[in-house]
Amino acid sequence: MNVTLTINGSTHQGDVEPRMLLVDFIRDVAGLTGTNIGCDTGQCGSCTVHLDGKSVKSCMVLAAQADGSSVTTIEGLASNGTLHPMQEAFRQNHGLQCGFCTPGMIMTAVKLVERNPDMSDAEVRHGLEGNLCRCTGYENIVKSVIAAAKDMGPHSPFEADRAAHRETLREAEEIASRRSE
Amino acid sequence: MTATIRPFGHDQKRVEDPRMITGQAKYTDDFTLPGMLHLAVVRSPFAHARITGIDTTAAEAMPGVRAVFTGAQMRDAGYGGIPCAWVVPDSGTVTPEHPPLAIDTVRYVGDAVAAVVADNDYLARDAAMAVEVDYEPLDVVTDAHAAHQDGAPQLHADAANNQCFKWTVAGGDIDAAFAEADVTVSERIINQRLVPMAMEPRSALAQVIGSMGEVTLWNTTQNPHIVRFLTSLDTPFPEHKIRVIAPDVGGGFGSKIPHYPEDTMVIYASQLTGAPVKWTETRSENFQATIHGRDHVQDVEMCAKSDGTITGIRATVWANLGAYLSTASTGVPTILHGLMLSGCYTIPNIHEDVYGMFTNTTPVDAYRGAGRPEAVFMVERLVDKVANALDMDPVDIRRQNFIPPFDDGHEVATGLIYDTGNYHGALDLALEKAGYEELRRAQEEARAEGRYMGIGVCTYVEICGLGPSEVAGAVGFGGGLWESAIVRFHPSGKVRLMVGVNPHGQGEQTTFAQVVADQMGVPVGDVDVFYGDTAQTPMGWGTYGSRTTAVAAGAIVGAMEKIKEKGRKIAAHLLEAAVEDIEFDDGKFYVKGSPEAAKTIQEIATAANVAWSMPEGVEPGLEASAFFNPSNFVYPFGAHIAVVEVDPETGEIDFQRYIAVDDCGPIINPMIVEGQVHGGIAQGVAQALWEGVEYDDAGNLLTSSLMDYAIPKAGSFPKFELGHTVTPTEVNPLGVKGIGETGTIGSTPAMYSAVMDALAPLGVEKVDMPLTPERVWRAIEAAKA
Repeated sequence: MNVTLTINGSTHQGDVEPRMLLVDFIRDVAGLTGTNIGCDTGQCGSCTVHLDGKSVKSCMVLAAQADGSSVTTIEGLASNGTLHPMQEAFRQNHGLQCGFCTPGMIMTAVKLVERNPDMSDAEVRHGLEGNLCRCTGYENIVKSVIAAAKDMGPHSPFEADRAAHRETLREAEEIASRRSE
Repeated sequence: MTATIRPFGHDQKRVEDPRMITGQAKYTDDFTLPGMLHLAVVRSPFAHARITGIDTTAAEAMPGVRAVFTGAQMRDAGYGGIPCAWVVPDSGTVTPEHPPLAIDTVRYVGDAVAAVVADNDYLARDAAMAVEVDYEPLDVVTDAHAAHQDGAPQLHADAANNQCFKWTVAGGDIDAAFAEADVTVSERIINQRLVPMAMEPRSALAQVIGSMGEVTLWNTTQNPHIVRFLTSLDTPFPEHKIRVIAPDVGGGFGSKIPHYPEDTMVIYASQLTGAPVKWTETRSENFQATIHGRDHVQDVEMCAKSDGTITGIRATVWANLGAYLSTASTGVPTILHGLMLSGCYTIPNIHEDVYGMFTNTTPVDAYRGAGRPEAVFMVERLVDKVANALDMDPVDIRRQNFIPPFDDGHEVATGLIYDTGNYHGALDLALEKAGYEELRRAQEEARAEGRYMGIGVCTYVEICGLGPSEVAGAVGFGGGLWESAIVRFHPSGKVRLMVGVNPHGQGEQTTFAQVVADQMGVPVGDVDVFYGDTAQTPMGWGTYGSRTTAVAAGAIVGAMEKIKEKGRKIAAHLLEAAVEDIEFDDGKFYVKGSPEAAKTIQEIATAANVAWSMPEGVEPGLEASAFFNPSNFVYPFGAHIAVVEVDPETGEIDFQRYIAVDDCGPIINPMIVEGQVHGGIAQGVAQALWEGVEYDDAGNLLTSSLMDYAIPKAGSFPKFELGHTVTPTEVNPLGVKGIGETGTIGSTPAMYSAVMDALAPLGVEKVDMPLTPERVWRAIEAAKA
């Protein structure tokens, strides 16, 4: 079947099997190998990308389900040659070792901070529980996320993304609250 | 003087990071070659069975399938069994045949039976499911101790009672020590089986160029040169026609040391189809078919005098090797385990028998720490038990039995000579950081309030920096353990360093650049560190056993000394001075006493590379190669303290504090060293609390995905509190020891001890790891009854 996605601002189209996972579309059709596959059960989070502004594990979504959507991968996170504050914070705080979980970890962390810029150490740790790392013992990842939260303030070039994300979240919460009523 | 920061000892940000934080890192599975095909492996669902038939016709007829092959076909094409690279002498070791694809018998769930090559991964896996294999199930044994008993199912015709080897280490007079002891303690310790779980699954991509008789293998390996050597033994390709490329490797922890059956399968598949062929394991395959670690049954005893002086340790160990020998299987529970039974203590009498056992389980090999965690846990557990028996504080008994500080070698009863050590220093600093006295007071108060707080102390020493090649040969390792390096100055004065080791997360692309920058007086950013390609790097034995910096740095320093020597000659020529009058300091060559008329190393590099005016008899170019064979292993040490509180109603453990003081000698990059310790602690604590492989009686792997094997998450830990003491070694020119495994080695015993300390008032004396809430709760309930 035909699937068309906008990935990091470029259009990618493929005639793929209906069972193809989004992560395989990103890696094999679009040729973007920054998104890694670390498991086959949705546990490790290495393949996390942003799908229409929300972080998702791209091994848990079919490419067909994402047809027509906009995806941001680790390759698309930097803006005009400037690293996203989360990328910079991982480097400054030694938040990575082998680097394999790092793209997914960064993509998750960006959305985590956009949702709540004032997290405690414990909140960051809780928020990252869907992403596994075997190298760092998480300590410097947590440090990186907290440092990035400080740099992702209102004057950040990424503020537009944050505002859009807050809007999405607000809508989602509204829907949720209507449902619970 | 300029206020420049010396590269050595500085928190240099990693040069690896830019590609890894932007998605530009290249791991093996990221490579796609034109016309590339994909391989999927048909694996046995039975732990032990006779293969009575393999029907590939249905699979071959499926869309996109290019080839289906079996072990018999590989054998007929000249492919041999996977070699074992370590045969411990004087142990009666048998090395049963390990075909890359099982030919008539499967011996563990996940054993490879056939392979399918297709246009893409989805089609290959579909077709793999269509391969029909007829099995005649056989009796199964998964436990190493049970495998040794009469009547146990037999795995290999040449291994009677499933015994691969019996190895003994002995020093002193163990029987006399026990006969004369005032107190003895004993325990059966189950050091459970673990999954290494590097986040990057294994992958192998082979491209055979038939006309040239050569093959390139992209591989997730910690040691490309070893993989090339072993591949030359089990494929028709000779060593000089094999190129192994290890691109970015996403963690290993030992699991990417071995040469695996899939390496040879993709080579055969590429030869068969004439196309490049790639295989990448799924995480489920990783659980089944990538090596596991640990898995000892240990019957251990320790004896002591009534004043707390430890006089002996005696053990019988059944080490589970799994169904076949992996690359270094036999060395792990012997040399890297048994020789370390003195720990950091003066224990004059030691005896251990180790039985290496075949069972119907995934092969077991080196997992971070590899043998040393199994030794340190054993020793530390027994020391705690002696302290309990004599009502001594665990700190006091350790201090009393420590080997006193030494700086020129100390021989222990197993025959090893530790390089340098100051165990009191590390313990004192750890106690100070922890506030030990205050913790004990808080514990008393907690107990008075009916709360169960525990404090665990572990003091350890480990053997790493593997190692002198003479010793490697003497203990049966089928290779050397030296390292080599090439330092090359380009005409512009920039530097390329090529090494045979293969970092995969440890950050040596940065630390080695720091070492070169520090000694050559060039900016760190001017040094490019290259590894991971047998065609472009000098021979080296790889990255494992906390050896990369401790051994390769010796070769790097050696190469730089040669560069400096040649630079002196060229500078003397250009400055019209005598060579013996030339000094080199901070990147400049100058005549003694007149530093203003200096030639920079960059100027010398240009002069040497253009060679317009060279001194008589000096060759052009500025490049040097050096080899380094260390005179001894290195022995890092440290003291770890864990603080927990256990909820007796639920068995849950509240992990409150973790203090680690490690001594790896002088530190090149503190940021990286601390990162290594963090990750090590996480893995070691995980063994104590959460992780453990489970098989059922039929040999089914019950923990076969991340849904049922509990690796820690970000919320599993408190912030770690680290410290360092610095005791240099004489073994290498930088005085450095290894740091990659210390965290794992020290933390399992510290955490276990903390939990047992918490449970002491409840009368609980033993719980097998992992200390899950259920197990702890059951032990508490049993103690009540």
